[in-house]
Amino acid sequence: MFKKIVSISALALALAACESTGDHGTGEGTFGGTIVPGSYEDFYESAGDRVFFATNSSHLSGDARATIAKQAEWLDKYQNPPVTIEGHCDERGTSEYNLALGERRAAADRKELIRHGVQADSISTVSYGKERPAVEGHTQEAWAQNRRAVTVFNE
Amino acid sequence: MFCESKMMRKYFCILCAIIATLLNITTLRAELEINVTRGTIEPMPIAIPPFSATSASNASLGDSIAGVIINDLKNCGLFIPVDPGAFIQDPVSLQQAPHFSEWRLIKADSLVVGKVEDSDQGNIRVEFRLYDVVREAQIEGKAFTGGAQDWRRIAHKVADAIYKRIIGDEGYFDTQIVYVARERHQGEPVERIAIMDQDGANLHYITHGDSLVLSPRFSPDMRFITYTDFGQTQHAKVYLLNLDTHHKLLMGDFPGLTFAPRFSPDGGKLVMSFAKNGVTSLYAFNLQTRLIHQLTREPVIDTSPSYSPDGSKIVFNSDRGGQTHLYVMNANGSNIERISFGQGSYRTPVWSPRGDLIVFTKILGGSFYIGVMRPDGSGERLITSGYLVESPCWCPNGRLILFTREARRGDPRLYTIDITGYNEREIQTPTSAAHGSWSPLIP
Repeated sequence: MFKKIVSISALALALAACESTGDHGTGEGTFGGTIVPGSYEDFYESAGDRVFFATNSSHLSGDARATIAKQAEWLDKYQNPPVTIEGHCDERGTSEYNLALGERRAAADRKELIRHGVQADSISTVSYGKERPAVEGHTQEAWAQNRRAVTVFNE
Repeated sequence: MFCESKMMRKYFCILCAIIATLLNITTLRAELEINVTRGTIEPMPIAIPPFSATSASNASLGDSIAGVIINDLKNCGLFIPVDPGAFIQDPVSLQQAPHFSEWRLIKADSLVVGKVEDSDQGNIRVEFRLYDVVREAQIEGKAFTGGAQDWRRIAHKVADAIYKRIIGDEGYFDTQIVYVARERHQGEPVERIAIMDQDGANLHYITHGDSLVLSPRFSPDMRFITYTDFGQTQHAKVYLLNLDTHHKLLMGDFPGLTFAPRFSPDGGKLVMSFAKNGVTSLYAFNLQTRLIHQLTREPVIDTSPSYSPDGSKIVFNSDRGGQTHLYVMNANGSNIERISFGQGSYRTPVWSPRGDLIVFTKILGGSFYIGVMRPDGSGERLITSGYLVESPCWCPNGRLILFTREARRGDPRLYTIDITGYNEREIQTPTSAAHGSWSPLIP
């Protein structure tokens, strides 16, 4: 799992736009060959699949807004494929409140996408609270990676 | 609407038995009392020889039953079992009558003498007598009849009867705990809901790891669990799971996530959180009529609701004031009042079955705490702390708190602690365990 994160980061650094370093949202990506335009990999490389939050907050930072703007542009270009935004929290909270906070984060992300013109009915939201961290660590760095909203394509 | 429960009938078999109160019950409470409300606790030395058996097949049962009783009483922190190696009186003469001087010599304050007999239709009859060694008098005696396979429940009932006679409160040994068992299969996290006896025995799983599950709680009649299941679509929803059939039923048709359910004390309603568009509010769901009643409506997060034992009020945590704090309202959603005012975040409140206290999780300065306060918010007292402690709940007599403790490396485990902060101990489980909830005394 950690090897994969390193290789994605290396790839991401090569592209000016992408700032995420977590693991791939859903499914296995084929980073070896050409990226198909309109595919999830294309979305991931063009815009990035996630935004991050401060502790106990669902406020969208400048970086987060920039990412979401790029996501909206991409989604609009490819006719609003149905997506789900997953809200997550770090482990430094209680499980039920974190389910609610994750939902609030996903909702904030969604609202911002809609503000940029993405169709509301193409975006659903879920929350995992703190139950599915991206990074299994117990440091400030790990927690920062886990306070996230991730956009995945529906099957 | 719900099927007749095989489990109910089985438990009835035990209780339909004769509970006979035997001779010579004297009231010596003043002498044989442990004061558990003051800070210092002096556990009572109690001698529990193996229960005698009248047949060869019951011989090991006599040892096992005594073993379960010894464990229960030792683990509650209020009794010290006397080392059987020190016993002087032989088992045969003991069945005739205790030689009290020989028990005083080894410093036993009380003595339990029991026996196991075959009863009709494959049942066993377990009888015990509890003696005050100093006064040389029997102070309790009961008999329980039930299936031989239910010997552990019978042993817990004996332990409860001893506890009640000496401590003065209802015991809590004939109970179960439901929790979320966590493992990794091929590196991926897998959660299953597990139920065990409160001493860790008879562990079995009632969900099978197909989906993320959280926050299981028993119904008051113990025929159901309510819990949150993410299903295959990853949308958290509240379900009812029938403990006989293991079938699950979706609770309400909410257009969003539902979670954090708890039963009302009469079992007629569930209170739960419903989250949509960044707002989480409390709703009551009537299990009979299936009607949904919205209780709170601020554009905030309201969650972790818990009914008072008389069903008239609900305590919950809300971030409507900025930080998360505890609030109490009437069960219909009216008259919301804040009750916590200290520094830090207050979460997961649970009302004691005795009505006198609310237990909660507190997060302050990067540390987690379990604490209690009175329902008006006064008397806040922190009981334990750690890197991560959360999800507290009460044992049915309101004296012990069950909670989840997770060290920095992960691997959550279930712990119990007396409300005085005394006797914190881990419940052994084969996997990581979190979000435990304690059953009532088994009906």
